[in-house]
Amino acid sequence: MRPVHIAGIGQIPNVRGDTDHDEVQLVQAVASAALAEAGLHKDDIGFFCSGSSDYVMGRPFSFTMAIDGVGLWPPKRESHVEMDGAWALYEAWVRLQHGDVDTALVYAYGKGHGAPVDGMLTAQLDPYYEAPLGPSPMALAALQARALIDAGRLTERDLAEVVAHARRLGATHPGVPAIDGPLDVDALLDAPYVATPLRAHDEAVRTDGATAIVLSVGGGGPRIGGIAHCIEPIELGLRDLTAATSVRRAAAWAGLEQAGSIDVAELHATYSPQAVLLRQVLGLADAVVDPSGGALVADTPFVTGLSRIAEAARAVQGGAVRALAHASGGPCLQHNLICLLEAR
Amino acid sequence: MARDADFVARFHLAYTYKRSTGPVIGRFLTSLREGRLEGVRTASGEVLVPARAYDPRDGRATTDAWVDVGPEGTITTWTWIDAPAAGAPLDAPFAWALVRLDGADTPMLHAVRGPRAAIATGARVRAVFADHREGGIRDLSCFEVIP
Repeated sequence: MRPVHIAGIGQIPNVRGDTDHDEVQLVQAVASAALAEAGLHKDDIGFFCSGSSDYVMGRPFSFTMAIDGVGLWPPKRESHVEMDGAWALYEAWVRLQHGDVDTALVYAYGKGHGAPVDGMLTAQLDPYYEAPLGPSPMALAALQARALIDAGRLTERDLAEVVAHARRLGATHPGVPAIDGPLDVDALLDAPYVATPLRAHDEAVRTDGATAIVLSVGGGGPRIGGIAHCIEPIELGLRDLTAATSVRRAAAWAGLEQAGSIDVAELHATYSPQAVLLRQVLGLADAVVDPSGGALVADTPFVTGLSRIAEAARAVQGGAVRALAHASGGPCLQHNLICLLEAR
Repeated sequence: MARDADFVARFHLAYTYKRSTGPVIGRFLTSLREGRLEGVRTASGEVLVPARAYDPRDGRATTDAWVDVGPEGTITTWTWIDAPAAGAPLDAPFAWALVRLDGADTPMLHAVRGPRAAIATGARVRAVFADHREGGIRDLSCFEVIP
């Protein structure tokens, strides 16, 4: 494999309702920052790849408009995934393995605040048997939470503790909007249920934002030590909701077991039971988990996974030897990507 | 939130096409319309409910062996909803659940009618069919707990 490094990162704060910038402006801001950090010009980049959703933007082929944010001319080798930007980074990593280009710019953008994201996610379910019933994403997350409680794998207090952890760390992170609500576990447990055993705070705060990452073969910056993804059936009835099978497989394929101890992990858990389950199956007892506050306090749809990679890379830049980034898509951790980052 | 000064363009997105159900899902839904529950046997010998043309777990086509299942079953996991959303299967507070029908190896997602105190993992439930049925998953209006 050609060694791929994270040469530059561009981030802007995740905000609740950005009415001042359109998607092109969001992309322009993060792409410029990532290129500047990498010391590159956009004309130096061999491959561009983005992650976003037409459903969030409300129009087809929306990514062809957002590409204005990196400039249309000269013509570019460009691709897009209707997925979280973490998968755009995966595609770029594969593209760099081809050997004919040495740099890639990956970006993702989304406006989740105020967008009908719940309805979008429900519409993505099985079109014959599940979507017509209209279960909310939170209801599906709650079915997984109940299965984990029944299996003795978590308690409601565990859920409140991961929410409190996310809020405490997120409160001081510049990319996270102001925390709205209590930081105390007992106060969290006093909140009413929305979908038992889940409360409103067990769901991620949906935000607007963007992230960009410049990849380069060789050079400096955190090295991608392993990256892999795995998907399970979308039908909840065909999965063991307590096993996180595709998380385990993606981690194994990315080389987690051989990698040595993980210092920092950034997890894409948009519901608190997922945060507990991920900690269990990835074995993160000795790691600092979600120093950014994680997805629960700032979830920009189609950006959150790429942001986890950006935050893990920042941790390596800041002295961590090895960091793990996780990205997810689909209900109840259906599709998972693991990216291991190492100091050079 | 829209301010008075914002320009707002209303846009309604709809999927204005019929979707073909095919021979396997079509048969399952036709049986539902007739008030019956059927599963299909997979290549590995399990009974898949609801029926599909392939088993998503191994990608292999399912067989043409159909098996009557239900109408009773068991809750394998659940969540109680105090404030149902517009368009939910039931207007009153209800549970979403995975229900494994008797004779099936896989549970299916659907609504279960209260009372809340009766909802539990392992609780026994029975299918409740809609009076007016048109060949869709909502021909099964919900499950009810067997007292």
